[in-house]
Amino acid sequence: MANLLSIVTFLPAVAALILALFLRGEDEDAQRNAKWVALAATVLTFLLSLFIYAGFDPANTDFQFVEDREWILGLRYKMGVDGISVLFVLLTTFLMPLTIAACWTVKTRVKEYMIAFLVLETLMLGVFCALDLVLFYLFFEAGLIPMFLIIGIWGGANRIYASFKFFLYTFLGSVLMLVAMIAMAWDAGTTDIPTLLTHSFGSESFNLLGVHVVGGMQTLLWIAFFASFAVKMPMWPVHTWLPDAHVQAPTAGSVVLAAILLKMGGYGFLRFSLPMFPVASELLAPLILWLSAIAIVYTSLVALVQSDMKKLIAYSSVAHMGYVTAGIFSINQQGLDGAIFQMVSHGFISGALFLCVGVIYDRMHTREIDAYGGLVNRMPAYALIFMLFTMANVGLPGTSGFVGEFLTLMGMFQANTWVAAVATTGVILSAAYALWLYRRVVFGDLIKESLKSITDMTLRERAIFAPLVVMTILLGVYPSLVIDITGPAVAALLSDHQTALLDAASGVQVAAQH
Amino acid sequence: MIAADLSVILPEIVLSLYAMAALLIAVYNGKDAVASLVLRLTVAVLFLAALWVGLDHNDTRVGFGGMFIDDGFARFAKVTILLAASAVLLMSENYMARRNLLRFEYPILIVLAVVGMMVMVSAGDLMALYMGLELQSLALYVVAALRRDSVKSTEAGLKYYVLGALSSGLLLYGASLTYGFAGTTEFAGILQATQSGDLSLGLLFGLVFLISGLAFKVSAAPFHMWTPDVYEGSPTPVTAFFGTAPKMAAMALFARVAHDAFGAATADWGQVVALLSVASMFLGGIAAIGQTNIKRLMAYSSIAHMGYALMGLAAGTAFGVQAMLVYMAIYVTMNVGTFAFIMTMSRNGQPVTDIASLNNLSARDPLKALAMLVLMFSLAGVPPLVGFFGKYYVLNAALQADMAWLAVAGVIASVIGAFYYLRIVYYMYFGTETDPLDTVETPLLTSLVVASAAVMVVGIINLFGVEGFAAVAAASLVQ
Repeated sequence: MANLLSIVTFLPAVAALILALFLRGEDEDAQRNAKWVALAATVLTFLLSLFIYAGFDPANTDFQFVEDREWILGLRYKMGVDGISVLFVLLTTFLMPLTIAACWTVKTRVKEYMIAFLVLETLMLGVFCALDLVLFYLFFEAGLIPMFLIIGIWGGANRIYASFKFFLYTFLGSVLMLVAMIAMAWDAGTTDIPTLLTHSFGSESFNLLGVHVVGGMQTLLWIAFFASFAVKMPMWPVHTWLPDAHVQAPTAGSVVLAAILLKMGGYGFLRFSLPMFPVASELLAPLILWLSAIAIVYTSLVALVQSDMKKLIAYSSVAHMGYVTAGIFSINQQGLDGAIFQMVSHGFISGALFLCVGVIYDRMHTREIDAYGGLVNRMPAYALIFMLFTMANVGLPGTSGFVGEFLTLMGMFQANTWVAAVATTGVILSAAYALWLYRRVVFGDLIKESLKSITDMTLRERAIFAPLVVMTILLGVYPSLVIDITGPAVAALLSDHQTALLDAASGVQVAAQH
Repeated sequence: MIAADLSVILPEIVLSLYAMAALLIAVYNGKDAVASLVLRLTVAVLFLAALWVGLDHNDTRVGFGGMFIDDGFARFAKVTILLAASAVLLMSENYMARRNLLRFEYPILIVLAVVGMMVMVSAGDLMALYMGLELQSLALYVVAALRRDSVKSTEAGLKYYVLGALSSGLLLYGASLTYGFAGTTEFAGILQATQSGDLSLGLLFGLVFLISGLAFKVSAAPFHMWTPDVYEGSPTPVTAFFGTAPKMAAMALFARVAHDAFGAATADWGQVVALLSVASMFLGGIAAIGQTNIKRLMAYSSIAHMGYALMGLAAGTAFGVQAMLVYMAIYVTMNVGTFAFIMTMSRNGQPVTDIASLNNLSARDPLKALAMLVLMFSLAGVPPLVGFFGKYYVLNAALQADMAWLAVAGVIASVIGAFYYLRIVYYMYFGTETDPLDTVETPLLTSLVVASAAVMVVGIINLFGVEGFAAVAAASLVQ
């Protein structure tokens, strides 16, 4: 199949279109049909994406499955994956059927809900496959529309504020990136990402409005991209939209947000900031490292005092993304491998944690930690699964969380020992907030009257968690599954980075001699 | 040579003759009784005229010693104007008839305004420019006040007239200064007089006054004051007309004057236009936030959009003009859809313009709400909708001309603007049940809304080839 990537990317959108056009009515049958169509489409997408996995050659560091076609405005419709992006494609297709299954209990506007998620899946896959700057931007931004609607229509009590904040915050970040992208296109004469990866942007310092800009054009472009990805990631201090969005979003929305949408920021750093602006990255890496260290400690402390379960996990997500950014900007093999691993693993773990909250929210309709306690008595299976993911979140060896944190910390240690030391305290803090949450919700005596009749997980819920449990443990004991794919791509990225730095340095020397 | 001259303006002559003939026939045949027929006929005539202008020939012809230019640029603008006018007329029949506003003068005045616009975009001389502009404006003053028994409509007409006269005065003053210092009213002559690049003080003043007058017509800040009131006061179909064809015409005229007459002084007007652009984008974005009337909101939205179109013009390059044309074509399409939507808003038979009345529309009329959602995101410039490509185009033009600051200002303003478009989506989708709007079947309007939204989605495949036409048009304007 020559255009496998396009098929995988657009299959969910086609399913959404079919739902929109042919499914009528709001009765029980129509709702059930909508769910089954969505589930079938996402499962089929996942199965097709396995062909990408099977046909992917990790040793080849070029883009694979490339499709290239004419498009408007001199842009190209170009798709392809490499060792960095292929895992995100798989992560997305893997998680989407679970997400759809998790919204089985939704009762209002089911058809629209399914359409929103299917469209969102297409857009997310597009982000990871796009090999044209503007095509990337198109997918990257378009994802805001379905997410805005998901939060706004199906969200909690304060959903309006959260949806607007989510949209405008991320929109503001990305429009600056758009300007930078156009500037890059004029500078390099192309919007083709593989070509841009080999293009060296100007790094001679200049004065802009009286400010001396070290690293010149690269620094400006880097900052514009940073504005977008840092918000998306989200990094401290521009993370404040995330807790609001998470708390108000419906369970499935939170899962997608935490497990996939946040990864777009990390992917962006890996795809654009680091390889395209090596001088600026080298220059500003310490800033990112420290911002990440602050993020890890600060948001972990904030997580400690939350009374809302979703908010707590949201802050924990910000902290875990801190490891990712720090890993990326350690700019060494361990750091980058670890960052990618951490993103994949966080996709499973945070997704699962939000699903865990969803399980009890569906029963009790509250996310307040104080409303629970002693659930282990009535829900042993739930307690076990929640325990596993809590431990994975803390980074217990044997779970995937450990590998990611360990690798990124190792990368950080080589880059800056102080940052690594500060970041490591985050591991302890994460144990504190995660275990404390677990104790308050699951352990203790079941004294609350309302909880006396709570039921354990249904078969559907167990089926949703099963793949996540398997993946978390599998990656924990056999991390090579991920590292073998990312390793060569990361090594190539790093060697290109070194060459580009040397070139830039010699270019500056040559300029100085003349 | 008169035959050759006349053949250049043949479409304009035919439309004028049609308008006069229709006037005669209607007056002698029961006046408003035939209004509906005249309107439909006019729709067909305008549409056919669009085909004729668009497909007839593709060379550049000049008539009346350079006063009238029929080139690719003029044809692009004319086709857009004619199609927009025809679409707006088509959707106004039902609305006007139901509110007892369907008079036979209405389509005739629209045709005359369109003739004026066609002269404007083809003007090769300051005199021709003024003739076209006044023909357009006089017709529009009347249609703005079409609802005679409404104070607001009368006020809109009067306000439009007074401020329009002021802007015409500014324009004339600029034209006379230009004539005095360049020695000619012909664009080609002015171009020659300014060939050296630095303008004399008199010409500079002339240029600035000309720009001010034109800025009035495109409703760019700070010359926008009339827009919200006129938009609000006029009957909605008339507002829809204001928001589409005249904007395209004024913008094309702007480009015509800037490039044909002052093409050698790009640096002088580029700055002024850039300033107008920034002011419009921010004013349009910020002032619209507080609006609760959807027509006023669309007025501010149009001010902001003119800011983006001016950004393309400010670049001062052929690519900039191309960007401006593409932007305007997209903008006109979105506005036709949006106003068709606004025309469907009514409660107990009375038109409603309060955006809160859209509450929970998505539950009652999912198709229309979805189409409006698409249009709103497109107006906000969110990818993957076509509105984004308009913005992308003008940002490209600005960056190509080394105006990165303008591009950055533009995108920041677009975030501010996104807020109020989202607010409409918020009412339609997140709002709670309130007093519902009428669910009168308006198949024509609904299909126009849906068609316009569909264009915004499907257009991302190839923009329907508008790009290529715009490139040809821009090349014929900027040598």
